[in-house]
Amino acid sequence: MNALRSILLRRETGIAVMIVLFVIAVGIAKPRFLSLEYLRIILLLTPLIMIGAMGQMLVLVARHVDLSIGSTQAFAAMVTAMMFKFHPEIPWYLGFLVSIGVGLGLGFVNGALTTLFRLPSIIVTLGTLNLYRGLTFIISDARQVDRQYIPSALKAMSTTSPILGIPWIIFMALGVALLTYWFASHTRVGRQVFALGSNPAAAPLRGIRVNAITLMVFSISGALAGLSGIMYASRWGFVNPSNTGAGFEFQVIAAVVIGGVSINGGVGSVLGVVLGVLLLGCVSAALPLLGIPGTAQSAIYGAVIIVALLIDRSVRQRGIAALAAQRARA
Amino acid sequence: MTDQTSTPTAVSALDAAPPRPRWQVILIRPETMTFVLLVLAFIVSSSISPYFLDINYILSSFTLYAEFSIVALVLTMVIIAGEIDLSPAANMALSACLFAWTYQATQSMPLAILVGLGAGIAMGAFNAVLVIGMQLPSIIVTIGTLTLYRGLAQIIAGDQSIRLPDYFIGINNDLWLGVPVPVIIFVVVTIALAFFLGATIWGRQIYQIGTNEVAAQHAGIRARRIKFMLFLAMGFASAVAGMMTASRLGSVRYDLGLGGELQMVLMAMLGGTYIFGGRGTILGTFLAAWLLSVISTGMLTAQWLPATQLCVLGLLLIISIVATNLIYSRTQR
Repeated sequence: MNALRSILLRRETGIAVMIVLFVIAVGIAKPRFLSLEYLRIILLLTPLIMIGAMGQMLVLVARHVDLSIGSTQAFAAMVTAMMFKFHPEIPWYLGFLVSIGVGLGLGFVNGALTTLFRLPSIIVTLGTLNLYRGLTFIISDARQVDRQYIPSALKAMSTTSPILGIPWIIFMALGVALLTYWFASHTRVGRQVFALGSNPAAAPLRGIRVNAITLMVFSISGALAGLSGIMYASRWGFVNPSNTGAGFEFQVIAAVVIGGVSINGGVGSVLGVVLGVLLLGCVSAALPLLGIPGTAQSAIYGAVIIVALLIDRSVRQRGIAALAAQRARA
Repeated sequence: MTDQTSTPTAVSALDAAPPRPRWQVILIRPETMTFVLLVLAFIVSSSISPYFLDINYILSSFTLYAEFSIVALVLTMVIIAGEIDLSPAANMALSACLFAWTYQATQSMPLAILVGLGAGIAMGAFNAVLVIGMQLPSIIVTIGTLTLYRGLAQIIAGDQSIRLPDYFIGINNDLWLGVPVPVIIFVVVTIALAFFLGATIWGRQIYQIGTNEVAAQHAGIRARRIKFMLFLAMGFASAVAGMMTASRLGSVRYDLGLGGELQMVLMAMLGGTYIFGGRGTILGTFLAAWLLSVISTGMLTAQWLPATQLCVLGLLLIISIVATNLIYSRTQR
């Protein structure tokens, strides 16, 4: 009975229930939503957000925010796409190394600025958000890299599949999620991220190297944004200096906070974030079907962030009340 | 200007250092840096283009940045109180869209202005309820509302631009005593807020809240009420700025003021407002607004790409917070 209660009370269960209810509600209104075709649409909407969300989750758990991932994604994608354009002889899989490497570098800059000068990460990344976007325009001369320059093997990653008709990029996103799960829950460094986020003042006293951990989470977030950059090129077949990654940070933050990652640091699970991404994917896929114009997307992301914050608050207060009750009984 | 940095505190004999000479205290203030930078920017830009020696050119180019500057003044007070608001640019867009939409529907200008202002205040109140009522961190809340407000503006206006009547257009070309009206509004707001923040009890209480909110509450300061009023003022200023932008552009689109949060935060930071609250002046933001206007206009005159300008603004934001933090950590000792 107790085990059942603890499962039911878990945050992840709540999100899963929300997904099921949402799918059923939309399915009643538009039965087409329950088809395999729509499952495919939903799944194809998620991989980029999923990968960005894994990095953002670690950053939020460490009590920071990374607003620059959209621009990081654009810059890494642009560097890679221009490499393909001007050096078509380079094998396509090296693009992954380049894109991840560029992202890692940009993320490292964010982390270095945050730790070196003890600045709030939100302001630093608000600055680099614009800086990286501007750099993307400069290196690309404000021109889009078109379809014909992206290697077809790379584009095929989003259309061909190893098994069950599920494209490669979805497997890659799942792989990243599994790796993050292993890192966050089963490595010493991963647990230190959580320790740092739950109590930044106590963490150094326990021998946690705060600066190193902070640098690391920003670098991971940047590297994953870089990976999502080359996957953008694969998924859409072009890289545009103004469209690529625009608003990506808001989608990712919405997915992460609805997945139960606390903005006060120290709390979050990979499973919750995966479910949060899926819920967001379901909502995005259902909108056009329900006849809601695409212009409503941004408003919905904003509303989702705020609702998730309110849920987070009530969960936290219930936790505090439960602790107090426990102490009163003891 | 106040001498808050030189307030003596109880320290042991070992810690007591001789007070800094007055000229050092003045020299080390961030506003002085901003002023020096402003003079430098003038010298550099007038060597690029002789236009910068013409006061009328400077005043008329400032009208492009006057709307953001007005909001930045209020934002300075919000940051001094230890909070932040990233949603004003989106607020400007939504209140301007509602304003234009109401005008189109009813053809009544007073009603439209009322709706626009009311919407701005309501958005400020919504932020305030979440931040103060629900005790959520303002940075994340206003990232959420930034997306929400901009998204609602997109729903209302769609992809078209809503035209405004001719008599409403062109506030930036209206002159009063030879000075463009937006500049006059900006200067008046600056004087009013500088007086409010520097010389009234409520202004000084804002500093106390930002320095140590718990201590301020124990000292009997109604911190929550003051912060609530600040968010309301933020919403009101954004709505006014939104309508001024609408008048300057002649029509309203959902992307009005896009990316403005960067410029507003940048003005406050360049003016030496301390990002963790408790320090900063209206004068600093006033100088920083002119500095940013000269830099931006200079880049335009030099025909730099918009992208390069974006880079420069992003870099400036980082440099200015690093510099401000360094200055404050030095004077704290």
